[in-house]
Amino acid sequence: MTPPNGAQALWQTLAAHGVGTVFGYPGGAIMPVYDALTLFPDIRHILARHEQGAIHAAEGWAKATGDLGVCLATSGPGATNLVTGLADAMMDSVPLLAITGNVARHLMGTDAFQEADITGITLPITKHNYVVQEAGDLPRVVAEAIHIARSGRPGPVLVDIPKDVQLAAFAGEVHGPQAPPEAPAPDPHALEAAVALLKEARRPVLMVGGGAQGAAAEVTAFARAWRIPTITTLMGLGAFPASDGLWLGMPGMHGSVAANRAISEADVLIGIGLRFDDRVTGRVKDFASRASIIHIDLDAAEISKIVRAHVPVRADAGRAARLLTERAQPLSHPEWTATLAEWRTRGEHPAHWGAAQAVRQVVSRLGPGDILSTDVGQHQMLAAQLARFDRPRRWLTSGGLGTMGFGFPAAIGAALAEPGVTSMVIAGDGGFQMTAQELATLTKYGIRNVKICIVNNSYLGMVRQWQELFHERRYSEVYLGDSNPDFLKLADAYGISGWRADNADDLEGAIDAWLAHDGSALLEVVVPNEHGVFPMVPAGAALSEMIETEPQAVPGGRA
Amino acid sequence: MSADHLVSVLVRDEPRVLTRITSLFGRRAYNIRSLSVGRTEQPGVSRMTFVVTGDRNIVEQAMKQLEKLHDVLHVVDHGLHKYVDRELVLLKVAITPESRVEVRQIAEDFRARIVDVGRHALTFEVTGDEGKVTAFIEQMRPFGILETMRTGRVALTRGSNADLPGQVFHGGETEVLRPVLEAPEPSETQAGGMPGVS
Ligand SMILES: Cc1ncc(C[n+]2csc(CCOP(=O)(O)OP(=O)(O)O)c2C)c(N)n1
Repeated sequence: MTPPNGAQALWQTLAAHGVGTVFGYPGGAIMPVYDALTLFPDIRHILARHEQGAIHAAEGWAKATGDLGVCLATSGPGATNLVTGLADAMMDSVPLLAITGNVARHLMGTDAFQEADITGITLPITKHNYVVQEAGDLPRVVAEAIHIARSGRPGPVLVDIPKDVQLAAFAGEVHGPQAPPEAPAPDPHALEAAVALLKEARRPVLMVGGGAQGAAAEVTAFARAWRIPTITTLMGLGAFPASDGLWLGMPGMHGSVAANRAISEADVLIGIGLRFDDRVTGRVKDFASRASIIHIDLDAAEISKIVRAHVPVRADAGRAARLLTERAQPLSHPEWTATLAEWRTRGEHPAHWGAAQAVRQVVSRLGPGDILSTDVGQHQMLAAQLARFDRPRRWLTSGGLGTMGFGFPAAIGAALAEPGVTSMVIAGDGGFQMTAQELATLTKYGIRNVKICIVNNSYLGMVRQWQELFHERRYSEVYLGDSNPDFLKLADAYGISGWRADNADDLEGAIDAWLAHDGSALLEVVVPNEHGVFPMVPAGAALSEMIETEPQAVPGGRA
Repeated sequence: MSADHLVSVLVRDEPRVLTRITSLFGRRAYNIRSLSVGRTEQPGVSRMTFVVTGDRNIVEQAMKQLEKLHDVLHVVDHGLHKYVDRELVLLKVAITPESRVEVRQIAEDFRARIVDVGRHALTFEVTGDEGKVTAFIEQMRPFGILETMRTGRVALTRGSNADLPGQVFHGGETEVLRPVLEAPEPSETQAGGMPGVS
């Protein structure tokens, strides 16, 4: 057997932290790590077909489980292929550990073959990063990296390990996980001020973000105890049950009429675990302009960053929600409730055939524990509008960065984390092709629970919609229909079965066959080319200026 | 209302810390007017003092972002407590036989030290708060300033309180500071403390 070296210390440390699955792609500068992997049969390595596929799969794993995702890449081009995923994980606060090999220490900084300054490159898109200088430091650094990735507001941490450090003799101890730090107790005065505001509220609204995905039970109890109408952001979908009568939908650019009007009219808005992204706020000056704002967030830097908080509460979402539930006084606002009920009927998608109808039919087949991932574009916004989540961590989407290519590999990561549920992905014909090569990963590992749905509108649909609305229909470089592959043949080439439909009736049958198929499968839904996603708040407009339905009269639709 | 804000940051003495901090500022377009960095009495801990220009919100954001960095151990907003600050400047001024005496006289008034003598120039070293340094430069300007180098401001909180809290490096207590920290001197605190800054 080979004498213990840095690479083995790395695996020992990962094992000591309970890491059982890693996603990666080998190369020269990480070969000692791959060599040492053969000594750790209990660790499952998933070989992706592109490092971007590996890191999005690790993100999917992390988003579905709430646990750490781990990915591995070689130096230079391998490491730079992780960049998009790191930025994505940073924006969406995903706990992630990325390990990269690098050239030997004496070559670093010399423009050696396949060298890239990956710590320099990823400095602004990681929560923290390291270059390990001594094999003896490896266990400490990796343990610290994992701790940082998981604790507080989670995020990605990169550990870069020069090849000679991987090979250096190692004789030290390996560190297990550190106890997570206690979240700061909310300032009692701030909580008191929040309670006082809520008690006096006549048009209260609760907004729940992705930071509350781990505190869904507490947040739901809080909203119900006070009877506060509740909005979940794109990242917060599922953190409050969509089946609850208090739920108003999603806010923002493609949010519901009820959610956006409620924000514009609210007198008290309480936000929890969110960061007031510009896609949520619309024109900031007019966002919730009548409301006193209570902002609860673990990350002090998010409070008053975009929207000034009247009552800032730095706290863990679950803990703050529990304390507020203890002080609950069920509110009664018959007028507000009636107004909201009326708004809730607005902005429905027309019932004629199109992407919205297709997405509606597909997502209605999700079981309560099933996971839905999406890629980025029109289909993503439609899925966010139409899918109904009653549980947290069942909705995986790239919110902050809007990363095309995210959805499919993320669904693979989630499918591996939870083999017992269906891991469905809805993608556009554009975005699917950014990481389509991961079809191979399904086949290689016999992954049976990924159901891929491609909504094919022959366009980069969301960009086309903007060109239609804001560039006088000059469709510049967005047409794909002349060069898309036959998606069923593409799947078939990797040994994956597929179905196709282009109308509502056929779609039902195709969905049945697709879901009934024993194994991962692909469904292509061919939809009309030029449909838009509505409601829509044009970029830079106020939420109150939203366009509720498709502007031109569409057959069967509202004017 | 843009104004200068004086901030000190205690950081781990590790590679890339300076880049991490300056890139954070750069990305968010916070302008750093001056920056000085040096080691502290504590092994492994460096101290930076910088002057950021911006309104109160910008400075608060900058400080909160700094606090999130793993390398940052503590952030001190000198706007909240009384402090002493100093800046060092080296200034080379042209002299002629006629101006020589006058230049030396002004330097004496400012307690500037001559650190180099050339045939046509004198180089002075001046230490003081920003006002004094600026005043000295203005007095010298009519004679013809050839070169200046300012170090940027450095600052410490007044009194026996230390900014370095006990919890610092690698979880270890800082023995030297403990007695001081146990009995902090009351110091004047202005209104508007920041959440998250202890
Ligand atoms: C990596 C990347 N490149 C470009 C974009 C810009 N973009 C946003 S949506 C979109 C169109 C997506 O088209 P498609 O995948 O076909 O989905 P659709 O909108 O038609 O549902 C594009 C190009 C992006 N979000 N990500």
